[in-house]
Amino acid sequence: MSRGMQREAVLAAVLPPLVALAVALVVGDLLILAFGQAPATVFGMLLQGTWGNAYGFGQVLYKATTLTCTGLAFAMAGRAGLFNVGAESQLALGGLAAALVGLALPAGTPPLAAVPVCVAAAMGAGAAAGGVAGWLRARFGASEVIVTIMLNFITLAALNWLVATRLHVPESLHTPEIRAGAVARLSDTWPAFHGSAANFMLIGALALAVAAWWFLFRTRGGYELRAVGLQPDAAEFGGIRAGRVWILAMLLSGACAGLGGTNYVLGYKHYYEDGFAAGAGFLGIAVALVGRNHPFGIVISALLFATLSQGGLAVNALVPKQIVDILQAVVIISVAVAVPEVRQLLRNAVPARARSATPA
Amino acid sequence: MRALVLSYRPMRTVLAAIGALLAVHGALLFVHPDGATPDATTEGLDVGIVFDVGGRGDKSFNDGAWLGGERAAKALGARVRYIEPGEGSDREAGLRLLAAEEFDLVIGVGFIFTDDVNTLAREYPGVRFADVDYAVATDSTGAPLPLPPNLTALKFREEQGAFLVGALAALTGGSKKVGFIGGMDIPLIHKFEAGYKAGVRHVCADCTVIAQYAGVTPEAFRNPGKGKELSLSQYQQGVRVIFHAAGSTGLGVFEAARASNALAIGVDADQYDEAPGYVLTSMVKGIDQAVFDAIKSVKDGTFQGGVRQFGLAEKGVGYVYDANNRSLIPDSVRTRLLALEADIIAGRIVVPSTR
Amino acid sequence: MTSGAPVPDPRLEREPPGGVAVATDALDDRPVVVRLTGIAKAFGAVQANRDASLEVRQGEIHALVGENGAGKSTLMKILGGLVAPDAGRVEVNGRDVTGWKTSDAIAAGVGVVHQHFMLVPPLSVAENIVLGQEPRGAGGLTLDRTRAVADVHALVTRTGLAVPANARVAELSVGEAQRVEILKALYRGAKILVLDEPTAVLSPPEVRELWRVLRTLVADGGTVILITHKLDEVIAISDGITVMRAGATVDRLRTADTTPQAIARAMVGRDVALALDHAPPPTRSGGAAVAGATDPTVADRALLSVTNVRVTSDRGGAALDGVSFAVHGGEILGIAGVEGNGQTELIEAIAGLRRVQAGTIRLGDRDITRLDVPQRAAMGLAHIPEDRHRRGLVLDYSIAENLILGRQQRYAGAAGTLDRARIAQEAAQQITAFDIRPADASLPARALSGGNQQKIVIAREMGGRADRLRTDDGGEGFRVLLAAQPTRGVDVGAIEFIHAQLRTARAAGRAIVLVSADLAEVLALADRVLVLYRGRVATELPRAACTTEVLGAYMTGASA
Repeated sequence: MSRGMQREAVLAAVLPPLVALAVALVVGDLLILAFGQAPATVFGMLLQGTWGNAYGFGQVLYKATTLTCTGLAFAMAGRAGLFNVGAESQLALGGLAAALVGLALPAGTPPLAAVPVCVAAAMGAGAAAGGVAGWLRARFGASEVIVTIMLNFITLAALNWLVATRLHVPESLHTPEIRAGAVARLSDTWPAFHGSAANFMLIGALALAVAAWWFLFRTRGGYELRAVGLQPDAAEFGGIRAGRVWILAMLLSGACAGLGGTNYVLGYKHYYEDGFAAGAGFLGIAVALVGRNHPFGIVISALLFATLSQGGLAVNALVPKQIVDILQAVVIISVAVAVPEVRQLLRNAVPARARSATPA
Repeated sequence: MRALVLSYRPMRTVLAAIGALLAVHGALLFVHPDGATPDATTEGLDVGIVFDVGGRGDKSFNDGAWLGGERAAKALGARVRYIEPGEGSDREAGLRLLAAEEFDLVIGVGFIFTDDVNTLAREYPGVRFADVDYAVATDSTGAPLPLPPNLTALKFREEQGAFLVGALAALTGGSKKVGFIGGMDIPLIHKFEAGYKAGVRHVCADCTVIAQYAGVTPEAFRNPGKGKELSLSQYQQGVRVIFHAAGSTGLGVFEAARASNALAIGVDADQYDEAPGYVLTSMVKGIDQAVFDAIKSVKDGTFQGGVRQFGLAEKGVGYVYDANNRSLIPDSVRTRLLALEADIIAGRIVVPSTR
Repeated sequence: MTSGAPVPDPRLEREPPGGVAVATDALDDRPVVVRLTGIAKAFGAVQANRDASLEVRQGEIHALVGENGAGKSTLMKILGGLVAPDAGRVEVNGRDVTGWKTSDAIAAGVGVVHQHFMLVPPLSVAENIVLGQEPRGAGGLTLDRTRAVADVHALVTRTGLAVPANARVAELSVGEAQRVEILKALYRGAKILVLDEPTAVLSPPEVRELWRVLRTLVADGGTVILITHKLDEVIAISDGITVMRAGATVDRLRTADTTPQAIARAMVGRDVALALDHAPPPTRSGGAAVAGATDPTVADRALLSVTNVRVTSDRGGAALDGVSFAVHGGEILGIAGVEGNGQTELIEAIAGLRRVQAGTIRLGDRDITRLDVPQRAAMGLAHIPEDRHRRGLVLDYSIAENLILGRQQRYAGAAGTLDRARIAQEAAQQITAFDIRPADASLPARALSGGNQQKIVIAREMGGRADRLRTDDGGEGFRVLLAAQPTRGVDVGAIEFIHAQLRTARAAGRAIVLVSADLAEVLALADRVLVLYRGRVATELPRAACTTEVLGAYMTGASA
């Protein structure tokens, strides 16, 4: 009975993304046919270019690392009932903070000291940006949606200006290379990944997902955060202060996004480049939706979106890359439609089961 | 027990839906339309072109490269594959994808590829690379650093073309004020401005040039709204002709020209079609020619690393003079421009390339 | 449930035959206007109706009774065209209309007044009434306001349902809003009026007024179907009764020939201890005689005292204005009043969920006015909130998770990690002790019936656990309990259980504040009754001095 319920809960969470994926496959087929190409060829190329070789797989891992962070950022706020649209700028801010600290540290600082400092700076910067929105919500009731959208404009414009006028290397849009804090690439350990941007920040993102899961589902703080998200009035009844939870959730959310910025800066290019991960913050919303705001779901969902993104490059020869954008949108819409449908179907099944277990 | 069985019905519904979709997908996988691209072969001339993030459809820079690729495909039988990156990290990924398949030539479109092309050229010595507008790095004394032997930088003497359209703007506009709108405020675009100003001053010493930029970020090349706003204000100040060097931001300049019943000068490719009747001319940058030449050099076995400059002499830059705009340009002016062009090619006029 | 109170209830008094009421004997000759036969309806795997039937004659007030979840509302939704039945036949005025749509139902003169009003608050009363069938002005594009108001006036005159036609609905009391709903149905030409739990929100005089209106309607040839589970109302107003249980029709009765006990037996399927006789608790705490507020010697031993408390309402006005009272150990203080007179704010203020503008609240001899919710809870204040779906439970949390709500800090170890083993073990104990079904701590609260959901709340708030909750005086468990609408929306079996819990707590010397919209419940449990009217204490009476009559007068501000 209990195992049945758990199975039901898992199914309720897992089925919508599967439906979405199936819909996306069929829509993808039709679009590919519309461009006069053979679906088998294009999907074959897509798989070959992503999971079919170590380099492509490395690229998927690289992209999934950033997306896991931004997806977790959205989920952390979402579980508290908040809608953080600001991951885009929190990510950029985290990247710049990591780069600046990496530049300021003396060359030759051992990675074991430098990387944590850079990562802390990135998470701190992201957390600060998120925390502002959380505080404005808690203190003044300002909608975090509006605030984070506006903060995106302000932050990105400020970073643009800063990099273009103060920090850049001439004839480029990036800062000088960091002196310390670089994270090793996977290819340093496994040469097969040669050339791919995948690096050991991957471990950081996975650790973040585990930590997020632990926090949300195993600690008092997570219990209170989810309660506020599910039912603010019941949370208040339970002595939980929504304002505090909102600030905490936005701090954690921003920190997750900030960590995402280190993937490029510490792990790949070793400098901050303007617009280095444009779109990754917004794509994080989709990743979290498909991952059902669950940290482990988000890891899988990030891999899916990373595959689509890298696969888009691989099949670009045959079909326009906009097909990938459309497929991503189809996945999101399908999940949005499938979630209430599936939940309704399963909910109808629950009372029957509850009754069956109740004598008389 | 009965309730348990019942309760699984909904799940079966969902699973059946998934199954049905997968079945449709499975069936569609077998559809193979006529003319579908067959899998790539290793024979022949394989060329890959990676566009800038702006991508195809900017009707100037990236489209010029595409045109060159298409010409090479027709005239030289090259198989050309295009890649449109989605974000910054995709640039390297795109180049690498092509290099890894041992393409004969991999071309990056835009100065932003400078670092990535340089890295990959060293990593894949067997693959030839070219980068349009490659930014040549200099050492501490200002001397250019040498390029890898398998990398050619396709550079243009934009200032020479800009000089001619500057002269044209001053000679035909009928106003002492002429306008310039640049995209991103960087040395590459300053070359356009410098040549344009020199051209204006050369034929009209007391003319003033109003020069403005759309911004300091790559976004400045993709902001038609900003372009329109800037040019409307210039036209209101009495400017009759505006030359833009601003990517798709320039589309706004044409709109403003149409709205103000004034003239605009296009850039990179012939942009007459953007606003027929309102386009005085376009300063064409022979990106298509440069790309075509680079591909041709690979086919002919004459490919060489290093910087290749395309100026008036190499027909790498120029301006459009054809049936569309002949009525806007009097014969006397045309004659004057031809003379100026000859002077530049002969070195009698040296056009500045910095502000 | 509420019948059998020893006091005369005005609602129990039937008007004499020969007045406006229809003589029951004449009914059998009238044509059947509504006949539902063999109705079955399933939502997913839930069988809401099975072999349900209903027969209503013209000019009849027919009561449809049953416990929560018996399928009454679904059956009426089928009649009103909101849902289509899976099987069975729906006949209205002799015509087979099975599976019709709401618009068909309205056109055929079937009007449904839902429990939750479906009015547009910013619009005026007249606009709301004519909504959907507005008299159009020139060109058919504009609303003819003058005619709308005139139409409404005509309707008001005909039915005697007084409403302020030009007031905005947002400004109305619930009783007035309900009259607007009824008028809206009548404006659309309803001849068969279905009312879903109409008295839940009304004061006794308003109930009397509603009965008068319904009798007028049937005298005019209309027909009324009344969904309720209050047996006194059934006896007071109806001509015929249909009893439903577990989705099926189990009995049809003529009101004149039956008793509340018989109806209750049919509803529940077994005998129920209906009479909520008020007996003083057999033993008081420590055996000391606690007589009540009138005894000055115990005033200083109050477990909860509220002094001159002032609280602002959500809309800015004063919700409570100088309220004072005290509750002693071994005592239940009943708070009566028409909903919206400050009961909600009072409980929230004591619980720490609402800011107190002025005055003090003491728990024992400690001033708790400025303490937060967990601090108050730690001092032995328990709270059964009036709205368990909104406040009392996180519906998507499991039973186990809900059982620690408000106490979560006590289960957090190092690094804030929750002690899951202990939570599960204690949840299992609570589930057994409070008979929560199904007995699976991992089920989400949402999956439980209303009664079992309420048992989770009761178990959490009242379950005395010596190892966790030590109060200042060394006792175990809570000292003061705020019980707001503890049996609302709960079936008869659970009501018995909850009342027993409250009596046991009283016997154990706890102080209880009971707020209930159900006067009979207050009268059955309380030792003293305090009536709130417009945020002030209208009166405070010992139980012996209370009758429905007297309390009703205070509740409506008649005697001050």
